[in-house]
Amino acid sequence: MTLALDTLGRLESEAIHIFREVAGEFDRPVILFSGGKDSTLLLHLAIKAFYPAPVPFPLLHVDTGHNFDEVIEFRDRVVAQHGLRLEVAKVQDWIDDGRLEERPDGTRNPLQTVPLLDSITQHKFDAVFGGGRRDEERARAKERIFSLRTAFGQWDPKRQRPELWNLYNGRHRAGEHVRVFPLSNWTELDVWNYIEREGIELPDIYYSHQRDVFLRDGMWLAEGPWGTAREGETLLRKTVRYRTVGDGSCTGAVESDAADIHAVIAEVAASRLTERGATRADDRLSEAAMEDRKREGYF
Amino acid sequence: MSDLLRLATAGSVDDGKSTLVGRLLYDTKSVLADTLDAVHRASADRGLATPDLSLLVDGLRSEREQGITIDVAYRYFATPKRSFVLADTPGHVQYTRNTVTGASTAQLAVLLVDARKGVIEQTRRHAAVLALLGVPRLVLAVNKIDLVDYDEVTFSRIAKEFTAHATALGYTEDAVVEIPVSALAGDNVVEKSANTPWYSGPTLLEHLENVPVEPDPHDAPFRFPVQYVIRPRTAEHLDYRGYAGLIAAGTVKPGDEIVVLPSGRRSTVTKIDTADGELTEAAAGQSVTLLLADDIDISRGDLISVAGNEPTVTDELDATLCWLAEKPLRPGARVLVKHGTRTVQAMVTDLRDRFDEQNLSSVDSPGSLELNEIGRVALRLAEPVPLDDYSFSRRTGSFLVIDASDGSTLAAGLVGAPLPLLEDGVESCTGGSAAAPDTHALVSPGP
Repeated sequence: MTLALDTLGRLESEAIHIFREVAGEFDRPVILFSGGKDSTLLLHLAIKAFYPAPVPFPLLHVDTGHNFDEVIEFRDRVVAQHGLRLEVAKVQDWIDDGRLEERPDGTRNPLQTVPLLDSITQHKFDAVFGGGRRDEERARAKERIFSLRTAFGQWDPKRQRPELWNLYNGRHRAGEHVRVFPLSNWTELDVWNYIEREGIELPDIYYSHQRDVFLRDGMWLAEGPWGTAREGETLLRKTVRYRTVGDGSCTGAVESDAADIHAVIAEVAASRLTERGATRADDRLSEAAMEDRKREGYF
Repeated sequence: MSDLLRLATAGSVDDGKSTLVGRLLYDTKSVLADTLDAVHRASADRGLATPDLSLLVDGLRSEREQGITIDVAYRYFATPKRSFVLADTPGHVQYTRNTVTGASTAQLAVLLVDARKGVIEQTRRHAAVLALLGVPRLVLAVNKIDLVDYDEVTFSRIAKEFTAHATALGYTEDAVVEIPVSALAGDNVVEKSANTPWYSGPTLLEHLENVPVEPDPHDAPFRFPVQYVIRPRTAEHLDYRGYAGLIAAGTVKPGDEIVVLPSGRRSTVTKIDTADGELTEAAAGQSVTLLLADDIDISRGDLISVAGNEPTVTDELDATLCWLAEKPLRPGARVLVKHGTRTVQAMVTDLRDRFDEQNLSSVDSPGSLELNEIGRVALRLAEPVPLDDYSFSRRTGSFLVIDASDGSTLAAGLVGAPLPLLEDGVESCTGGSAAAPDTHALVSPGP
């Protein structure tokens, strides 16, 4: 008889433990949910953690207005299917009433921080679940599972608490909140292997499909409300898929024939590029791009 | 064999630890092309002739600027044999804080020394902290072996001195392995080196891939801190009342007699539930939901234990604290103690001694415990709590000390005195626990 858990079993058990700790210790938790693969996985684990009871938290999506239609449709279908509550904070609303200004480069990913922090304050959320993983980026490698944020939503690497055993300290002062990362110890390959094992449905754009794209800064961008090919850039029909799903203006597709989960796993295992390096322009801004955005209160 | 190994690294500044970790990632092909490009670019910008592999791991801006590592960083790599979660703990500032953090969940620790310097003060301190935290296995990586001309005598002298120190801390000889390496040149990290023909042991990676991993303590008595009560209140599950948690130790089956602590009420497990269906048995490390035969009052913070082999329920305990805060600890301090899923008010009634890691001795009745110091205290709790000795169970013998005013974590707490040399006549608070197994053989790895 063997009762030893395999790697995925251990990661799942750890994530469920984290969800239950937050449910036990916080008043108003919320799950950040975009319909992307990491947040879909997060929701799947939350459902398992409280089975057969419903998930005791609402969902929050900061919508840049530059999302892929397939992802928004998927998001709404999942919410309806599980009878969940979804709050949507639209970046467009912040731009319309002057609280935010459109950037010259047109990308809206960095603009998500203000609507996120405003929503946290407005709803008095005290714990915010995110799908961040430590293998994504060097600054994330030092992130805690419970990450304390100031009343201004800021991450101060020097004020982070030591995380000992599996005892999480979620104490915070009024106005402060804690970001919680149940997927901290997962790698990109773990995520895909688990999605396969559990048969989790994802938006179609994670699998190969035909799309009109143009090359900018070495990335295949799709046209959409965020713009199209500029002079000197050519729209081409390519077989592509997305490894990450974010703001359409800065999320690139990769050329791929991986049409199903098995092909994606084979591709990820053989990949020579990190998912962020391959497909996220926002992380290429500087050597410390992610660290700077985290300090300001980004996911 | 388990397919996941959690390990921690420790070493003093300039021992080349970031380079060693970078080398492990690089040689196991865990570094992808864009990350590597960034390292090549940054190295060239600094006028370096070869890529500086430490740039793979030094994540924060101030770390790169100062060329040092400040905070614990977690790294993930895999070989066909195993997956690894590596806690990279910096050596200089906050060394206890970082080493305690990394060690609390580690099944093995890699300690680095510079072959030119051998075992130094920091090495002895780190080894003592690792032993205290119950890390079951140690590797001493004798780094920069190229700078002593791959000299066997130098290596043997360092290895012998370290083995003696580790043995004094309670490690058996087969739990400690010394390996001559050069992180910079790659000798014996992943590939066997032609420069050390006198060394017949494994490379570092070979050892990490093949070292036995202590399983969760399945043969220990069942311990289950209740995290959350699941009550769906839906038509389908009208009377469902499940106790959710992660099994801290032992195994459980439907029909098992249990006792709920601290109340002492008894019942029987009727069902082990999960979202994937009922289980016929579950073991340490698994997150499950228990259903009981009797409708008794159980809430978050309670501990469900096997009946007949229970932890001691007490409001007074002796404990070892690793003090992690700038603000020193003084006798009489009022704090919060978080043990399992329960947080209680507590008072430090006595500061019994401070551990001197250098001489492996203790200093009696110090006036305070300062940042990064380790000492033994007596605590009085506002209410009784079920406690195991740390040497008996890492999960139910550990606790956090929290500042009630600002919520910060002040100390890592270990029930009892886990290092044998600290036991100079003071009885452990939980003498009632079943005979404590060997500290380094049966402690439970982290979650």
